[in-house]
Amino acid sequence: MNRRKGKNTFWIMMMILMLIITAGFLVVFIVRIISLGAPVLSWKFIVEPPREAMTEGGIFPALMGTFLLTALAMIFALPSGIFTAIWLTHYGKPQWLVNILHIIINTMAGIPSIIFGLFGMAIFVNLLGFKVSLLSGSLTLAILALPVIINNTEQAIHSVPADFSEASLALGATTRQTISKVVFPAALPNILTGAIISVGRVAGETAPIMFTAATFYSRSLPHSLQDEVMALPYHIYALMTEGTHPESQVPIAYGTALVLLILVILIDATAIIIRSYMRKKRQW
Amino acid sequence: MKGIKEKTFQAIAYIASLLTAVCLIAIIYGIFYDGLPLFKFISWKDFLFTNNWYPVYSPPGFGAWALIMGSFYVTLGALIIALPLSLGSAIFISEIASPGLREIAKPVIELLAGIPSVVYGLFGIAFLAPLIRQWFSLDTGLNLFTSSLILGIMVIPIICSISEDAMSSVPHSIREASLALGATKSETIFKAVIPAAKKGIIGSILLGFGRAIGETMVVLMVAGGAAQIPKSIFEPVRPMTSTIAAEMGETIMGDLHYNALFALAIVLLIITFFSNLITEIVFRPKRQK
Amino acid sequence: MVEKQIWTSNLNLWFGKNQILHNINLEAYKNHITAIIGPSGCGKSTLLRCFNRMNDPIPFMELTGKVYLDGKDIYAPKTDVYAVRASVGMVFQKPNPFPKSIYNNVAYGLQIQGKYSKSEIKDRVEESLKAAWLWDEVKDRLHHSAMSLSGGQQQRLCIARALANKPKVLLLDEPTSALDPQSTAKIEELCLALKNSVTILIVTHNVAQAGRIADYTAFLYLGELVEFEKTEQLFTVPKDKRTEAYLTGVFG
Repeated sequence: MNRRKGKNTFWIMMMILMLIITAGFLVVFIVRIISLGAPVLSWKFIVEPPREAMTEGGIFPALMGTFLLTALAMIFALPSGIFTAIWLTHYGKPQWLVNILHIIINTMAGIPSIIFGLFGMAIFVNLLGFKVSLLSGSLTLAILALPVIINNTEQAIHSVPADFSEASLALGATTRQTISKVVFPAALPNILTGAIISVGRVAGETAPIMFTAATFYSRSLPHSLQDEVMALPYHIYALMTEGTHPESQVPIAYGTALVLLILVILIDATAIIIRSYMRKKRQW
Repeated sequence: MKGIKEKTFQAIAYIASLLTAVCLIAIIYGIFYDGLPLFKFISWKDFLFTNNWYPVYSPPGFGAWALIMGSFYVTLGALIIALPLSLGSAIFISEIASPGLREIAKPVIELLAGIPSVVYGLFGIAFLAPLIRQWFSLDTGLNLFTSSLILGIMVIPIICSISEDAMSSVPHSIREASLALGATKSETIFKAVIPAAKKGIIGSILLGFGRAIGETMVVLMVAGGAAQIPKSIFEPVRPMTSTIAAEMGETIMGDLHYNALFALAIVLLIITFFSNLITEIVFRPKRQK
Repeated sequence: MVEKQIWTSNLNLWFGKNQILHNINLEAYKNHITAIIGPSGCGKSTLLRCFNRMNDPIPFMELTGKVYLDGKDIYAPKTDVYAVRASVGMVFQKPNPFPKSIYNNVAYGLQIQGKYSKSEIKDRVEESLKAAWLWDEVKDRLHHSAMSLSGGQQQRLCIARALANKPKVLLLDEPTSALDPQSTAKIEELCLALKNSVTILIVTHNVAQAGRIADYTAFLYLGELVEFEKTEQLFTVPKDKRTEAYLTGVFG
């Protein structure tokens, strides 16, 4: 028995060790970003454009670009994704079409982001002639976000008890009314949380926008959908790999990374908080 | 009157679904359309299995073996690092940690899973690579080892979170039964809980695999530039993803190099499709309707 | 004196290859309570759901025969199924109020029709809650969530909700099987009061309940309508051996 007790202690110690090492890595990672990024951060950093060939100044255009890309991508992806989920859960006929659609969605969810970038380049930039632009980039990002939004919305709808739909139908409501007045409102908190997390994901993506929207330097903020944009994740990458003055550019990269990190963590944290608040308030 | 509203709503939903289907079909079609022309120039056997990636030479070489192997090496390395750490952490959080600690750990892991890969890449190229170069007296810190390390750290939250979910879902009655038979806690974990959570754990590993092999930014920034099979873990490596990202800018639409990069994308698509398929099969029995 | 309100004619129903209902000819009379009894799983609920076309959404459902409401076949093509459902209300076994306020639950059926004014709805809500014997208990908290009510109150709320549509028929699918004895008794009394304004069809697995409140009782066995009589007659002198066996507790 002592041998078994010994083994028990050993393994428990190992698990704790694993956690400590993991936590250690992540702490070093985050601390590093914060410590090298924070000194660069300032109000000016956020609101000013870059100067002197990216060796000075701020990242405002990149911030704006990320914001625009993400907002547009969501405008394209959310309605399509939500309506697709509604069709799958309430109107899906014939069954083989539903099954195929599910396979398609799950396949899309697993496709590497660079392939979306390639696709975006081939279709939006070249074939449809949208060129490297806000439009191409946001469409590409929208397609990337689509499967996640659909799966999340479907799950949210399935988590609403069927009792409610039955009651609604029995009172003479149509499917559309049942969805809009009972099912969707009940599923909304979960749908919302999923949408917010998608926003965080889209904001941080680099590969899909490398060839479809992003530029290292643009003279001004984008005026139209056809303009190229700077973007936070791409800026980090470009500073580190295309930059010519590492001494001044590496700190800017860290600063940009910190801004991006804070942005994404704020977004995700909001979603997590909304979800747990809603869970507590839930009446069923 | 009511009929019109109903039909319109249904039609919108239907169109949205078709649009989704069209997107994927378009992606697959597009990738194949621009990738298949390569195989007029080189056979797919040569493409996959020869190590001859010299796209800008005359005549160009498109043997992608080193790139494909690069992807697998980096992914394998990442999993070697990530698995013990994430599974160990998952076990700790699910089975050993106090409820208070668990309440904190779970959201933290979720937040970590959302960190953009380019930030990991920055950490790799600006901090870890120089460090490793120093420690091991190498020519460059941008190599298989460093990129596996970073990639591994990046995948930990995913594997950890899903495995932890799988283990937490194991009913308490199983743990109680084990303990009541005189088993120690670690015996209960390894012989009762983990086998019961097997499906979810395997699923999480497959997901981690898919994420790692499809990752671009980290390997682009940290793995080094050489399209060679690394002879040691401290040599640079060039997975498929970073090859595509790095070389796309040098190609002209329609030329062979362009086609070759799309051909690499085809390989990636097929690998991730099968990885996805296996994950579905592993996960599906768990999904209740 | 007794007028047919809702009835079936040679009704057969299949789910896929399984035939659930065999040639049912059942009549329910205006302002009377008709109970459907029988062992579990023999099609009682399925039969009930034929009366408001709630079986329609179920995949692979096939139906032959007719179901008449005041002389019109509700399965005729071009029938407005939504109007039928508003006319033939349903209360389910497990109370299922919406996660909305008490007021909005009862008002729901009227709101979706879009043709009532706010004050009309307000009056109808009060009327329905009074008819369901719930008004006094909730009149001060109409805008509280319906989920805060007890099980028995929730079921009465569901009854009020169905009554708000002023249906001709009210279908009750084992309405008290999830409730405690006091709530059960209250709902049984409510049914007796309601039959003056609405025809009631109730499915119950509790034979004594049928005996207490139903004017007519139908015995359904393995999807067949074995016997249909005035309740007293069915219980005291059943014509079919199967009916007798069920009533005396031999099976079910």
